[in-house]
Amino acid sequence: MKALRNTALLSFFALLSTTAFAAGPAMGEVEKQPLNVAAVAMFLVFVAATLGITYWASQRTKTAKDFYAAGGGITGFQNGMAIAGDYMSAASFLGISGLVYTAGFDGLIYSVGWLVGWPMIMFLIAEQLRNLGKFTYADVASYRLKQTPIRSLAATGALIVVILYLIGQMVGAGKLIQLLFGLPYQYAVVIVGVLIILYVTFGGMIATTWVQIIKACLLLGGATLIAILALSHFGFSFEEMFKRATEVHAKGVSIMGPGGLVHNPVDAISLGIALMLGTAGLPHILMRFFTVPDARQARISVFFATGFIGYFYILTFIIGFSAIVLLSEHPDFFQTAADGTKALIGGSNMSAVHLADAVGGNLLLGFISAVAFATILAVVSGLTLAGASAISHDLYANVFARGRATEQQEVKISKIATIGLGIIAILLGIAFEKQNIAYLVGLTFAVAASANFPVLFMSIYWSKLTTRGAFLGGAIGLLTAVTLVILGPTVWVDVLGFAAPIFPSKYPALYSVTAAFVAIWFFSITDKSQSAQDEMEAYKAQDVRCQTGIGAEGAASH
Amino acid sequence: MTQDDLVERVRNHPKYQELIHKRSRFGWTLAIIMLIIYYGFIMTIAFSPSTLATPISPGVVTTVGIPLGLGVILSCFVLTGIYVFRANSEFDRLNNEIKEEVL
Repeated sequence: MKALRNTALLSFFALLSTTAFAAGPAMGEVEKQPLNVAAVAMFLVFVAATLGITYWASQRTKTAKDFYAAGGGITGFQNGMAIAGDYMSAASFLGISGLVYTAGFDGLIYSVGWLVGWPMIMFLIAEQLRNLGKFTYADVASYRLKQTPIRSLAATGALIVVILYLIGQMVGAGKLIQLLFGLPYQYAVVIVGVLIILYVTFGGMIATTWVQIIKACLLLGGATLIAILALSHFGFSFEEMFKRATEVHAKGVSIMGPGGLVHNPVDAISLGIALMLGTAGLPHILMRFFTVPDARQARISVFFATGFIGYFYILTFIIGFSAIVLLSEHPDFFQTAADGTKALIGGSNMSAVHLADAVGGNLLLGFISAVAFATILAVVSGLTLAGASAISHDLYANVFARGRATEQQEVKISKIATIGLGIIAILLGIAFEKQNIAYLVGLTFAVAASANFPVLFMSIYWSKLTTRGAFLGGAIGLLTAVTLVILGPTVWVDVLGFAAPIFPSKYPALYSVTAAFVAIWFFSITDKSQSAQDEMEAYKAQDVRCQTGIGAEGAASH
Repeated sequence: MTQDDLVERVRNHPKYQELIHKRSRFGWTLAIIMLIIYYGFIMTIAFSPSTLATPISPGVVTTVGIPLGLGVILSCFVLTGIYVFRANSEFDRLNNEIKEEVL
């Protein structure tokens, strides 16, 4: 039981590190593989196609609205695809299928957690965001509050989330490419950095959107193909697949039930809050709602996104379970460690990739490798654009220039910011190559849920919110989340090497989100200033726009 | 018509009251159903894992947890679908009537 839990937790760290290859203990040493020609060729086709799209998009990117929001002209279906492309990372694909491969049923627990944020976004903030915002979620948070403090806070929250997420993606890209394509780590990191700078500076949101749509199609198509080919080995019977999996898996029938991944109810509640509210506080996801023409299309986006993401998680479940059986028939996928145990080459996170090889041969292996790289590119582009818009639209145009910057200046700044972020991403990718970054996704979701979401949510729903309450509440949520992660097991023990954590849980969201909401409430109701009165009075007009869309940003007419 | 007049006219419109009342009630109801489904699943895992590890019928390997877990995934999709269906028909119709009558 203890051993089972440890294995499951290690796999979970690997998953949490956004990229499947970040956490040291969960996988074998990453060795450089021989150059995979099919994989590299297919990846080059993807790069050529996306650069073509970037050129096409650059011809259509003239205004700030084009650059940040694709002119508001993306349809709900396209945006749903793009959201799925933005959200389904290489970590979810390789990490969750790897977790199912190792622990069976437990993999499903994380798929479910990662998905439930979407219905909540739909019911509570999707159309409201579209009606109130323009380019960034800070537009919504600061709608009736003071621009300088609220935008500074929101942009800080956005940039922290973007940078943390970027580190995981870059390190994952490097490791993945090393393993799949046989290219050196630094090459991969530089290739990703240069490509996203090209996509985002020249093609803005239009190029980013189409890169994400293409990637979503490739990933869903590739995973569907692997799942169908794998299921054909079991006569398309789930029962047959489960039966044979329990026969070959070391843990036998116990893989068909919960295996101790969730054992402490408080941790389970806290993790659920982080996944749900964190998803609703990711700046690159929130930004996608400004690319559709109206609230109606925003709803349609979430509906399709939920469907695609849910379908994708079901595929990873099938892939993980069938890999238990089908990989066991290929001794050449395993290596014997010094202590005599057999382990999958590249670690359990490589199970989906090995399965592609087992059911479809070298061509499918190459295809899936190329898709995994494309996946990282699409996610990194969305992150970079979100970070650049926080710098240019929030910090530069509305804080530094106090709304006096021209549109051209603003777009110019965001292009400079994109290049800056691309270079930072490359440097961080190289700096963190050998670091233990398992805590990063936990931290990212904790910050998104504790700093970004409460301020956004209260600005939409609570008429008595004031600037003081929003600023102090958001700041307290941010500090609490960061502090508790540092004092918790993933940083205090695993990174800093202390014997016991000061804060016992890996999941601080329950406490940090509560702290943020209580502080927002307290510092708002005790704010008796005249400006606080004006801000409460301004809620009426905001709410009418929020509810009806009267006065909302329309689509650009081209 | 000034901005303030417009805001007041919309707020005093009977259909506006109807719209926000119905929509917020519907949205929150679905959100609570989603939370109950999700935390129901998670709490069963935490407190009674053996329930989920029970085979769906004697002699088979598939356990109760598998259809339940996949059911939670499906319920996310179905609930968002229910919301979109009503919001894009009934709520949008009300909203358009308000806009036509006020603007």
